[in-house]
Amino acid sequence: MTMQPASTEITSRTAAIIQEMKGLEGPLLPILHGIQEEFGHVPKDALPVIAEALNISRAEVHGVVSFYHDYRSHPAGRHVLKLCQAESCQSMGSDAIAAKLKQLLGIGFHETTRDGSVTLEPVYCLGLCACSPAAMLDGEVIGRLNDEKLDEIVAEVRS
Amino acid sequence: MNIKADFPSLVEEIDYGTPQSKAQKQVTLNVDGRSITVPEGTSIMRAAMEGGVEIPKLCATDMLDSFGSCRVCLVEIEGRGGTPASCTTPVGEGMIVRTQTERLDAIRRGVMELYVSDHPTGWNEQAGTGASEFDAVAKSIGLTENRYGIEGRNHVKPEGGVAPGHGSLAVDYIARDESNPYFTYDASQCIVCSRCVRACEEVQGTFALTIEGRGFESRVSAGMHEAFIDSECVSCGACVQACPTDALREKTVLAKGLPERSAVTTCAYCGVGCSFKAEVKGGEVVRMMPYKEGKANHGHSCVKGRFAYGYATHKDRILSPMIREKVTDPWREVSWEEAIAHTAKEFRRIQYQYGRTSIGGITSSRCTNEETYLVQKMVRQGFRNNNVDTCARVCHSPTGYGLGQTYGTSAGTQDFDSVDFTDVAVIIGANPASAHPVFASRLKKRLRQGAKLIVLDPRRTEMVKSAHIEADYHLPLKPGTNVAVLTALAHVIVTEGLFDEAFIRERCDWTEFQDWASFVALPENSPETVGKLSGVDPELIRGAARLYATGGNGAIYYGLGVTEHSQGSTTVMAIANLAMATGNIGRPGVGVNPLRGQNNVQGSCDMGSFPHELPGYRHISGEAVRDIYETLWGVKLDDEPGLRIPNMLDAAVDGSFKGIYIQGEDILQSDPDTKHVAAGLAAMECVVVHDLFLNETANYAHVFLPGSTFLEKDGTFTNAERRINMVRKVLEPKARYADWEATQELARAIGLDWNYQHPSEIMDEIAMTTPSFAGVSFELLDRVGSVQWPCNEKAPLGTPIMHIDGFVRGKGKFIRTEYVATDERTGPRFPLLLTTGRILSQYNVGAQTRRTDNSMWHSEDRLEIHPHDAENRGLRDGDWVRLTSRSGETTLRALITDRVSPGVVYTTFHHPDTQANVITTDFSDWATNCPEYKVTAVQVGASNGPSEWQRDYDEQAKQSRRIASLQAAE
Repeated sequence: MTMQPASTEITSRTAAIIQEMKGLEGPLLPILHGIQEEFGHVPKDALPVIAEALNISRAEVHGVVSFYHDYRSHPAGRHVLKLCQAESCQSMGSDAIAAKLKQLLGIGFHETTRDGSVTLEPVYCLGLCACSPAAMLDGEVIGRLNDEKLDEIVAEVRS
Repeated sequence: MNIKADFPSLVEEIDYGTPQSKAQKQVTLNVDGRSITVPEGTSIMRAAMEGGVEIPKLCATDMLDSFGSCRVCLVEIEGRGGTPASCTTPVGEGMIVRTQTERLDAIRRGVMELYVSDHPTGWNEQAGTGASEFDAVAKSIGLTENRYGIEGRNHVKPEGGVAPGHGSLAVDYIARDESNPYFTYDASQCIVCSRCVRACEEVQGTFALTIEGRGFESRVSAGMHEAFIDSECVSCGACVQACPTDALREKTVLAKGLPERSAVTTCAYCGVGCSFKAEVKGGEVVRMMPYKEGKANHGHSCVKGRFAYGYATHKDRILSPMIREKVTDPWREVSWEEAIAHTAKEFRRIQYQYGRTSIGGITSSRCTNEETYLVQKMVRQGFRNNNVDTCARVCHSPTGYGLGQTYGTSAGTQDFDSVDFTDVAVIIGANPASAHPVFASRLKKRLRQGAKLIVLDPRRTEMVKSAHIEADYHLPLKPGTNVAVLTALAHVIVTEGLFDEAFIRERCDWTEFQDWASFVALPENSPETVGKLSGVDPELIRGAARLYATGGNGAIYYGLGVTEHSQGSTTVMAIANLAMATGNIGRPGVGVNPLRGQNNVQGSCDMGSFPHELPGYRHISGEAVRDIYETLWGVKLDDEPGLRIPNMLDAAVDGSFKGIYIQGEDILQSDPDTKHVAAGLAAMECVVVHDLFLNETANYAHVFLPGSTFLEKDGTFTNAERRINMVRKVLEPKARYADWEATQELARAIGLDWNYQHPSEIMDEIAMTTPSFAGVSFELLDRVGSVQWPCNEKAPLGTPIMHIDGFVRGKGKFIRTEYVATDERTGPRFPLLLTTGRILSQYNVGAQTRRTDNSMWHSEDRLEIHPHDAENRGLRDGDWVRLTSRSGETTLRALITDRVSPGVVYTTFHHPDTQANVITTDFSDWATNCPEYKVTAVQVGASNGPSEWQRDYDEQAKQSRRIASLQAAE
């Protein structure tokens, strides 16, 4: 299990990130990226700290964070597997791939395995349509998914 | 647009869809065959509406900038491809627009079909009003079937046709948010048009709402997906007003149904004077809707005016007159006739026994101009003395004096619209975000457009920093050092040559200016010297002075943090000096603007409520003025000023003042040194309290006359911009008489021949006798909505901005403002300085707001104390603390915050059980006796609970409120 940092610690680490990026033009997204990098997710306790520092409202920060799927509200597993579910991949059988993968990992979309090894997410187009169906594992794209590749992926994330 | 309020019908307002364009250039276009001419920059939507063609819309409303998201308002423009949104497309010369074609109908039907498929019109699971804008648009487009079904993803699904609310939850269903006491948020009704979010941002300036998520999961969210009550929401109601569906709706409307009739009236809370439509169903108000034509608020409101009217029907309201022999007796309910006869007899007896000057009256800043006028008239004509005063004594009397001396008028120089032209706003001793919220919203809007802000306040108020606004300079001065700091600002302006010589030479007395300039230039007035005694960094003083003097249009807004000091009048003069020295007077965007605390404090002062002045600020010693009234009233007037409130109380303690008629003011709670007030009242033989509730003063009363609310009478209020606004009766007086009628009954009983049939006749008398009101009549106000005095032959429609070509008094007068530290000083026994203020949800002594759900936000007064001072004393947040001054002590709970500086503590005075004025001292303004509420040396320590005074007071209050009658008072 990932330990959740205490909220005072979140505040101080968030403040340091803000300090570093506050001078940028349009600093909110870079700050959120920085925070996700720091904590593995964007903790809710960080949002009021950002709002205060940028002199915007809590609601505005929440609106931005909740708009982007990539900002997580909870820590992900050690690996993150994103499976494309957009048109091209769907036409090449990504539905079946998704069903198989869910069965192999024992989790659904937006879930993390109980051992914390992997989080499964749908994604809508990786720009890899020529190699549909496609996925992305920890930032690396994988094209032309098939049963063998799925087994490889599962073995890798389980190791 | 000019819609006359023809009560009892419903006042309807046209929504033009987008704001008015302020451009000069006119453009003519053709819409559905009609030729329409509008200012350049107007949207096609607005132009069409102005020409009488209504284009269906959902995401557009004229309170907000256009957004273009709903895709219902599409039109065809000849020579252009596609179907542009009429809300975001500006008009062009010669443009030919069609709003109704087959193609447009088909597109609109398609769009509405999608909306309706995810909107609970199908089975009405949680009833809305069925009469929202959305319902109306759906009806006008005439949907008969829905290809997508109507089982939206965020609804309660019906199961086998069971009754609403008994179905199963759909995937995106969110439970209705009922946390706000006044309105609900029902996500299933929402069409995500963002009108609420934009209203919160553009109109209110709080930014409490957002759209969270994306796609089908898009939802309106308060704060970070919080309940409304826990979020940053300040419950101003702008979102509810903006919502085109029933997603955000007033609880009263959902419970009681839509209003049947309405009248345009004026809010009875603060001095902004917002116009509302009081909407009534049956015998009760179901909604207060901000009125867009209202010139003070332009359709905006705050939590008090919009929602906190429940006190009008609160069970604590006393509806029957009552009398008692001794204040220790229980009250006895009597008829109006008996109460009036008894009072008249007592007043006559007291005057016979103790002399003509042994009685007096207090007018109310809560009542109408007409009512106030009658009270002072009764005192002068009937009591035959000038013992009349008003609660402005304890708030803005220094404004009257200071601006009268320097400019020649006792009022603010601008209208609120002026703020739209301000480049540098200076706020001194005021927190408009809490006390004048609708003005704060307008100011914040201007600040977001780029205007600069300077704040002089011991506290870091919401105006110093909140979402999207931040003061350029905050001067956190020590309470009591206003004059020193303002004079230091003048020092910088003079010594650095930043003054406006041309303006001063033309409009002011140059010799007086030179004298003043040599005074402010003295080293003792330099920022460096003043910095030491005020605790403000000299560089901040210098920076602020330079900004105000050179930043363009500079406007000063100030509140009771200026006036309620031993040097209150001097501070007002120092402000007046600054504006003159920099030429910031006499045009839009500048000026000196007192933010008046109460709905009609300006009016009560105008109406001759002070013991030395007849209506229109004319001194009682002036023979010509007395003549006017002596002829009209048929009596000889006393030419000596009468007693002020504190003098009345002193005289009562001395035994020479024995009877008083107090209309709508709770002097025991609102006046300084509570114990002294109590002693004065206790020494009187006939105290008459005319009020809605058994207030704290009534504990010492012998006669209680039930008052009427602003909903129950006709009349006028005058707001902080001198605007005379109509108050219209929407309900019959619950206690039989409107206040002016009760005063008239009393006046008749003491032998005056008064026969006013309607308040308009009182206004006619005011207009006839007072030059600055000469042109005012109810007929004029009905016709034009409101006017700002002076309103006379020279200015038949009133005067938005004063001193345009010259000061009222002739030449503007510079007056030296020497800083004299208050005698109230900290020392070893009382090392902290207490200052006081207001909070948004509560109003003044709280008599009204405490009797509404506003108490959900602020149920008790808390003592704000800096963490250092708290730690020294071993206090934790929420601890009970004892607050002691040389006058007395009280207890309340601590709130630890760095909003206040070390050495300063702060509290509000909304709750009688706290009795902050037990602590305040009897020091007062040298010129006007305005009490020094804003500075008291205190000590704070741990406490176990209420002080002895609070316990005794509670017991005494309980005893004195007993009512002995056959039926319990309702």
